[in-house]
Amino acid sequence: MTRQMTGARMVVQALKDQDVEVVFGYPGGAVLPIYDEIFQQNDIKHILVRHEQGAIHMAEGYARSTGKVGVALVTSGPGATNAVTGLTDALLDSIPLVVLSGQVPTFLIGTDAFQEADTVGITRPCTKHNWLVKDPAILAETIHQAFHVARSGRPGPVLIDIPKDVQFATAAYAAPETARVSHYQPKVRGDAEQILRMVELMETAERPVFYTGGGVVNSGPAASALLREFVDATGFPITSTLMGLGAYPASGKAWLGMLGMHGLYEANLAMHGCDLMINIGARFDDRITGRIKDFSPHSKKVHVDIDPSSINKVIRVDVPIVGDVTHVLEDALALWKDRGSRVNKAALAKWWKQIAVWQAVKCLNYKPSSVLIKPQYALERLEALTKGMDRYITTEVGQHQMWAAQYLGFEAPNRWMTSGGLGTMGYGLPASIGVQIAHPDSLVINVAGEASWLMNMQEMGTAMQFRAPVKQFILNNERLGMVRQWQDLLHGQRYSQSWSESLPDFVKLAEAFGCKGIQISDPADLDDAIMEMIRYDGPFIFDCRVEKHENCLPMIPSGKPHNEMILNDSETAGAIGGKGGALV
Amino acid sequence: MSPLNIKKSSASHSAYDLHDPNAVLIETHTLAVVVDNESGVLARVIGLFSGRGYNIDSLTVAEVDHAGHRSRITVVTTGTPAVIEQIKAQLARMVPVHAVHDLTVEGPAVQRELALLKVAGKGEARIEALRLAEIFRAHVVDSTLESFVFEMTGTPEKIDSFAELMRPLGLREMARTGVAALSRGV
Ligand SMILES: Cc1ncc(C[n+]2csc(CCOP(=O)(O)OP(=O)(O)O)c2C)c(N)n1
Ligand SMILES: [Mg+2]
Repeated sequence: MTRQMTGARMVVQALKDQDVEVVFGYPGGAVLPIYDEIFQQNDIKHILVRHEQGAIHMAEGYARSTGKVGVALVTSGPGATNAVTGLTDALLDSIPLVVLSGQVPTFLIGTDAFQEADTVGITRPCTKHNWLVKDPAILAETIHQAFHVARSGRPGPVLIDIPKDVQFATAAYAAPETARVSHYQPKVRGDAEQILRMVELMETAERPVFYTGGGVVNSGPAASALLREFVDATGFPITSTLMGLGAYPASGKAWLGMLGMHGLYEANLAMHGCDLMINIGARFDDRITGRIKDFSPHSKKVHVDIDPSSINKVIRVDVPIVGDVTHVLEDALALWKDRGSRVNKAALAKWWKQIAVWQAVKCLNYKPSSVLIKPQYALERLEALTKGMDRYITTEVGQHQMWAAQYLGFEAPNRWMTSGGLGTMGYGLPASIGVQIAHPDSLVINVAGEASWLMNMQEMGTAMQFRAPVKQFILNNERLGMVRQWQDLLHGQRYSQSWSESLPDFVKLAEAFGCKGIQISDPADLDDAIMEMIRYDGPFIFDCRVEKHENCLPMIPSGKPHNEMILNDSETAGAIGGKGGALV
Repeated sequence: MSPLNIKKSSASHSAYDLHDPNAVLIETHTLAVVVDNESGVLARVIGLFSGRGYNIDSLTVAEVDHAGHRSRITVVTTGTPAVIEQIKAQLARMVPVHAVHDLTVEGPAVQRELALLKVAGKGEARIEALRLAEIFRAHVVDSTLESFVFEMTGTPEKIDSFAELMRPLGLREMARTGVAALSRGV
């Protein structure tokens, strides 16, 4: 049975058939036929954003907090180019998105028509795949394929560019079950022989460590459950990248905290000193490895990743396992149990004793103040007052982001949304709205820096319009804090352009948007203000004036190995030198 | 037009030459990449090479299966063994890529390139050019009283050496297709 319909109707029908509930978008000339179809139905909710970058970050927040594919709709030309940052962000953090863009009619393509841009050309390097659909007969099938590609294998953003005449033209609709099966079928089961080698290494390891990443979260809740079981059964310590927080609970016994440039001392030294590193769904990013030559010099390395190109890209590994984390963990755990659930208990006890010595350093300690709000203290209080609540956290990018990762605890996956790979200032506010749209009754907090927050603050309008009671917790240091910190460490305290001048009055800004704001600067007021924010029924802007010159520590300076970590301010002088200065 | 100054194995100098001077082991590999013949697929493959700083020494592409909508891209690339491994993995994960064959490691392969060379000259030089062409089994596909266009197929090295010999004899212009390659046997 074939149904004839216009391309525009096909778009909406295909989205419904893909179980899409929400689309984040912004209209324009080249997508009007699709908007006309959206007007005439009620199944799909459309969230009208204020800037297309916001739409993509919202779709990202939606996707990351639900595990579903996020969907955005933008017009041609400027609509599509505004989406580029979000697409790149989603590509680097492996977030599944389907972005639909309008295009000028096929007969005008190439003429520099009004609002024409080479959207597939521009977005080719920042999508997992993209399509320009010139024939309405293959439009529906292409949309179904797009969802398949976005969510299969290593997830990522895809884009479909749809010329306006294709939206008007009529053709037969292809339902998902009748659409051609894509040849794109990444391998999900790991190689049995390599899994055996991994298990053998685990049985005898003296100083093992699990190093997990966003791949565990992306693989779904089953992966986190298996990971927890494996970690608890083996008693191996576990650390995670920024992207993987929550896959193993922060309250778990084996948890070492985050690793990497601003990771915990014990986590980084465990990585440096281990004899078996089990990388699950992480990618040896430069924020993690520090100087490659000195990265974990004495360990055998296992790497589980669904993307074969991640393996041996940066670090040579001994046991490469290409597959989906859930499948690989399932197989490895079963095999390990079958063989008698063996670990080297005596050595492990010694290893934990060593780790306890590192933990005793208390690397997250900071100098408290009774006069000024220390950003770390603000986050400690936020953690204490919201712990156990049905809570989702997003962040912007900068020092506040790293402090949030250090001082907030995540007990479950999909609760922590931050721009890791691209480090996109302006991500957090729209992402928090996307999360809130998916979880209307949950507490959604964006831990922000004042500078990042301004980058997409127009989206407060979206939050108001769609009654998304997102809490904007701004750690306002009146500085581009992370930039200031690098200038402190690397450029002789010459703070070139790294302060925030002429900031708006955030309380009045909140009023202007029709929501509520508060400004505090006295640590004594912090708890009450946080409680007021939580209790307020609506979007809330919290201007938390904090110490302006705090550095985010610990820190492994660029180009240094894990065991050359800066722990406190007295060690920062001349910390980044030589080649490190050229790195970012 | 000035005579071309073609250095030995000039074909291996690419626009994206990013040889790491410290890397000792640089290998040349010929890859056959089977792709969907869809618009933009070549841009995608080339974009991967330029975006990630890989070398393209030579690249050819044409549809090889009309019904199946498949094209075959033959790309000759150089890099350290780790880079070559990365290139193959990066190609293999692209959505329109069906298969990546490394003809350099998958056993013996035949490689051929076609070249057209315009050689202008009179007298002794002209006769000498014709004699050498015969030795190299290059065919004359166009001639005037003052010039020849030679066509030859062979390995890139053979074409390099023929071009080298033609240079003093009046080589004016050259066009090369890049390498097409197939593994030997079945
Ligand atoms: C779009 C974008 N531009 C520039 C940067 C570089 N950058 C990284 S952190 C930072 C400062 C962020 O300041 P703020 O949001 O106030 O956070 P803080 O570090 O003060 O906590 C800058 C400019 C970036 N990451 N993203
Ligand atoms: Mg700031």
